Amino acid sequence: MRRFRLARRTALLRDSAERETHMNTIGASPPRPDGFAKAAGEACYADDLIVPGMWYGATVRSPHAHARLADLSWAPAGAGGEAVCVTARELPGPNGVQLVDDSWPILADRFVRHVGEPVAVLAAPTRRAAQAARQAVAIQYEPLPAVLSLEEAAALPPLAAVAMETGSVDETMAGADRVIEGVYRSGHQEHVYIECQGMTAWFEPDGGLVVYGSMQCPYYVHKALVHAFGLPAEAVRVRASEVGGGFGGKEDFPSLIAIHAALLARATGRPVRLAYDRGEDIIGTTKRHPAVIRHRTGVAADGRLAAMDIEIVLDGGAYRTLSPVVLSRALLHAFGPYRCDHVRIRGRVLRTNTPPNGAFRGFGAPQVEFAVERQMDRIARLLGLDPFAIRERNVVGPGDRLPTGQLLDSSAAARLCLEEVELRTGFRARWRECEAARTRRRDGEPLPGIGLSLYFHGAGFTGNGERSMRSPVTARLTDEGRVEVLTATTDMGQGSAAVFPQIAAAAGGLATEDLVFTAPDTGQVPDSGPTVASRTTMIVGAAIARAVADLTGQVAAWWSTSRAGGAALCLADGNLTGAAEDIAFRRAAQAYVEEVGPLTVTVRHQPPPGHSFDEARYQGDAYPTYAWGADVVELEVDPDTLAVKPLKVTAVCEVGRAIHPTLCAGQIEGGTLQALGFALMEEIKMRDGRYLNDRLATYIIPTITDSPQIAVHLLERPWEGGPFGAKGIGELPMDGGAPAAAAAIENATGIAVAEIPATPERLHEWRRDGGDAGP
Amino acid sequence: MRVELTVNGQPVAFDGHPMERLLDLLRERLSLTGTKEGCGEGECGACSVLVDGEPQLSCLVPLLQCGGRRIDTIEGLAHGPARALVEGLVAAGGVQCGACTPGIVVTAWALLQSNPAPTREEVAGALAGNLCRCTGYEGIFRAILQTAESHEHSGKVENPVS
Repeated sequence: MRRFRLARRTALLRDSAERETHMNTIGASPPRPDGFAKAAGEACYADDLIVPGMWYGATVRSPHAHARLADLSWAPAGAGGEAVCVTARELPGPNGVQLVDDSWPILADRFVRHVGEPVAVLAAPTRRAAQAARQAVAIQYEPLPAVLSLEEAAALPPLAAVAMETGSVDETMAGADRVIEGVYRSGHQEHVYIECQGMTAWFEPDGGLVVYGSMQCPYYVHKALVHAFGLPAEAVRVRASEVGGGFGGKEDFPSLIAIHAALLARATGRPVRLAYDRGEDIIGTTKRHPAVIRHRTGVAADGRLAAMDIEIVLDGGAYRTLSPVVLSRALLHAFGPYRCDHVRIRGRVLRTNTPPNGAFRGFGAPQVEFAVERQMDRIARLLGLDPFAIRERNVVGPGDRLPTGQLLDSSAAARLCLEEVELRTGFRARWRECEAARTRRRDGEPLPGIGLSLYFHGAGFTGNGERSMRSPVTARLTDEGRVEVLTATTDMGQGSAAVFPQIAAAAGGLATEDLVFTAPDTGQVPDSGPTVASRTTMIVGAAIARAVADLTGQVAAWWSTSRAGGAALCLADGNLTGAAEDIAFRRAAQAYVEEVGPLTVTVRHQPPPGHSFDEARYQGDAYPTYAWGADVVELEVDPDTLAVKPLKVTAVCEVGRAIHPTLCAGQIEGGTLQALGFALMEEIKMRDGRYLNDRLATYIIPTITDSPQIAVHLLERPWEGGPFGAKGIGELPMDGGAPAAAAAIENATGIAVAEIPATPERLHEWRRDGGDAGP
Repeated sequence: MRVELTVNGQPVAFDGHPMERLLDLLRERLSLTGTKEGCGEGECGACSVLVDGEPQLSCLVPLLQCGGRRIDTIEGLAHGPARALVEGLVAAGGVQCGACTPGIVVTAWALLQSNPAPTREEVAGALAGNLCRCTGYEGIFRAILQTAESHEHSGKVENPVS
């Protein structure tokens, strides 16, 4: 229970000695309020809403990686029946999905630039009829040469390019004891949220457009619809359904499918649902960017990093989508959680005739942290150090500066994580045992291996993002005396439905029953920003805390003045005490609304004082703060098949403050397994620009039988900018699992894994070729 | 064809194409949208229901196989005998986005009926066909093992909806 100090607002409230007894809600793990409805099948996801008179949509997609659209004809009299068809010719506005820019076409016009690119959308009274109506669209393509590899793409203008340099890299490199090079590669990764993408759109009688569906960012969708339809902002209303998983996959893509559904609603004059099945979801939606990352590192003989020269190349696919922002985050994590004064990083996103890649949990960081962690292991091996020693020698800490110049505060906990994971796993001793065992193993016995990674993740938007948005959150009193909190955050599973009430109750001196959270609906809520970038708890949560505290403080102060003779009052757990009679906050608030009128408080994100970021030079405070982690992966490799069986992952993560430890650990557990999938099995195979494995039978993600025990240990070094010290942690676990798993395979087999996924087929190939990360 | 069956204890008759999927019949004809489609080809387990007490993938069950069957869906189970399991999943962090969860409840409930005290390996074996992309399965293991330990699941599947 927290005693709520009101003295700052009015002199009449007592300087409470009890003010810092923290309320029982922070650090507790109550059942998530949306949990029962989800588990019982009552929650309404995108494809669950029943809309009378609704038609269904389907999409006609390009079979070519690059072609000219010579002719398109639509003959509904044949297979189509009463279906309608919309092509680029029928668009009401610009043919672009507004994201970073609007260069991503809504529907292909004149050219298609990747397999699966939408060329037309159709609607019919039933799902089956809509699918069948695709036969009624006849398209003539004239195939063109396609750019299908990064090697070919390198000669063409990139979709995005950035660079940073600090210190004197060439000079320091020239004077270093050793210069060590490595090349690291990672592939596409598909999100596989269990709920596929889906949107339902309709026009109201007054001409207003309503879109309902699965999304992370209602205001991104809103902006894209306003742009595409040329409607005034207030004529477009976007409502998020329950979101059955996102992982970034519902950050960029929902804007496109929402426009498609709305085009069909406009063409039919009816509600239209466009819901993908799994195959279409895999073919049609964005993936994690494949990456090739080159390291040249100058090191001292004792393992200290002298200079780093890093080149990042990402495959952006055919359109820009969010690639420039993904590249920024990649650049700003490429050096890892290490001290180095002389760093040069150049990054490019190349354009290929493959489906566009976009946001995926980690947003560029998992690729570069895989690379830098494997490079650290390579340096250690070449210098005769163990993986712990090389990290311990170079890890950043409080008072250090990152290569961007950002000064790290006392919550920079990388060393703590490293030491804690060593303590919990005995990594160093076990690593040496496995190294030794490799040379004297017996036939047929599984090869044990252990691997370590150290990682970090910038929480909140990159660079000046949060500072320039200063996104708002609103709290207001309802007529019943409850506090209603309005944000645009969607809960895609991460648990804001539980964490926000905890934060609001604790900050406002309320019980969670005193709170109401409005569903994300752009007709109701302010633009508190997208549900991305590990920003929800930390950025939106902090604004909620301030808004609710301000609101309840005003009610308490009014009650004291008007009813309690100016007595000093305490507000805790929804009760105002300290006057002659205790009173429920809700009663006081009800009286406030009746006597004074409505009360609404809107606050904006408050950036940390003194922070700034130079976007031209990539220097300064790139993120409000960082969360830190260290993973140890233990696994076995079959000596004959080279099948990898993960046994245990120990993840030590420093999270600032765990508002809801069960959900916080749940983020780490789930992200860790996604990272193991990325490292070991998830592989998109392509031929001629076409995804070959567009089914869950062929794109393999970890099942419960593939899942190792995942032991999560949360460390807490409260960060003053977050609510009750919390940092953003949603993406953090995606960064550590892959390099630790690759390191463990190397420890078991001696194969220096420089590319993921490290499937058994590839491990065989690398063993045969004496695989090594050298250039 | 016309097929008569029971769903959550209620007699139901469907007229439809013999190959119409049980998943669609439940969702579209009965508005039982708690049963989810995750892949449509039997890989993900989100559409799991009980057919005569056994977990089956409703996306692979055609109407023609439904005659005289007893179907139990998440809607019948969650407010009936599987309530403790549902609450256990919520409490242990076994529910995140929730899209896989109804299928997990159905499958885990059937496991606990046949094996009231499963080991971690037995839980994994039973749920091998239920994909979850959020939890890393740790919360699901915790919930099922704790529910088993609490012996609160001891309802009878023979008549789950009283």
